[in-house]
Amino acid sequence: MTVDWSAFTPASALAGGVLIGLASGLFVLADGRIAGISGLLGSLLRPVRQWVGEKALFVLGLVLSPLVWSLWASPPAIEITTPWPLLALAGLLVGFGSRYGAGCTSGHGVCGLARLSPRSLLATVCFMATGFLTVFVVRHLLPEVIR
Amino acid sequence: MNRLLAFLAGLLFGFGLLLSGMANPAKVLAFLDLAGPWDPSLALVMVGAIATALPAFQLARRRDRSLLGAPMQLPERRSLDRRLVVGSLVFGVGWGLAGFCPGPALTVLLTGHGKVLVFVAFLLLGMGLFERLEASTSQRSGGRR
Repeated sequence: MTVDWSAFTPASALAGGVLIGLASGLFVLADGRIAGISGLLGSLLRPVRQWVGEKALFVLGLVLSPLVWSLWASPPAIEITTPWPLLALAGLLVGFGSRYGAGCTSGHGVCGLARLSPRSLLATVCFMATGFLTVFVVRHLLPEVIR
Repeated sequence: MNRLLAFLAGLLFGFGLLLSGMANPAKVLAFLDLAGPWDPSLALVMVGAIATALPAFQLARRRDRSLLGAPMQLPERRSLDRRLVVGSLVFGVGWGLAGFCPGPALTVLLTGHGKVLVFVAFLLLGMGLFERLEASTSQRSGGRR
């Protein structure tokens, strides 16, 4: 393994992580809810709705965040390298898998681990494992498929 | 007040994703590429996020209601079941293909990158398929899961 020190951004990564942690803490202490994006989004798709106001507003804040951000900062680098047919497949897998497994990077990986939940630890180990494995297969075993 | 804070929490969460690099799929893939030139930054995102959220969740789990009086809705399931494992494995494959998970995808939605629209459309389709499956399973078992 070689670490790409030129790409390593420890300060912004840590500071961004702290903001994510503060946001999750604020949401649970103020609204009593887990800031799990797949769960929030999924519950907004349900036909029988309970009161969804806070969930919808959290999602709205998330969606509007880059617009508010660019009011005083330069837009962050966003680079999408995956070709769109693979992106479509990926979207399907992320959507179905995160709902079937009851959480994603935020719900299990941040909130669940912060709650010291064994279920979330197992889920995080599973999605990290297939995440690493998938990138290995795509980039090092089938390099011609992507870019 | 509850709703205002929910909106602010979402906004702050998005800022965190943007600042940390989590909202940039190329950076996420560089973190997931252990065999390539590896960018370990995103491990620090998780460290920062978990360390900061931990005291809040420790306080939250001891309460029935939030500080603003909303019912505390923490997950109650404890079982380490097949659904949890299979779903998470499938989610990880999609995450590794795109470098997007649900939060960053929603954060990037309005930044004018056309490709994210494809991802989010199929993300919603995948979630819709899950709801269909749930509905048909609960029908077959007479409303019980």
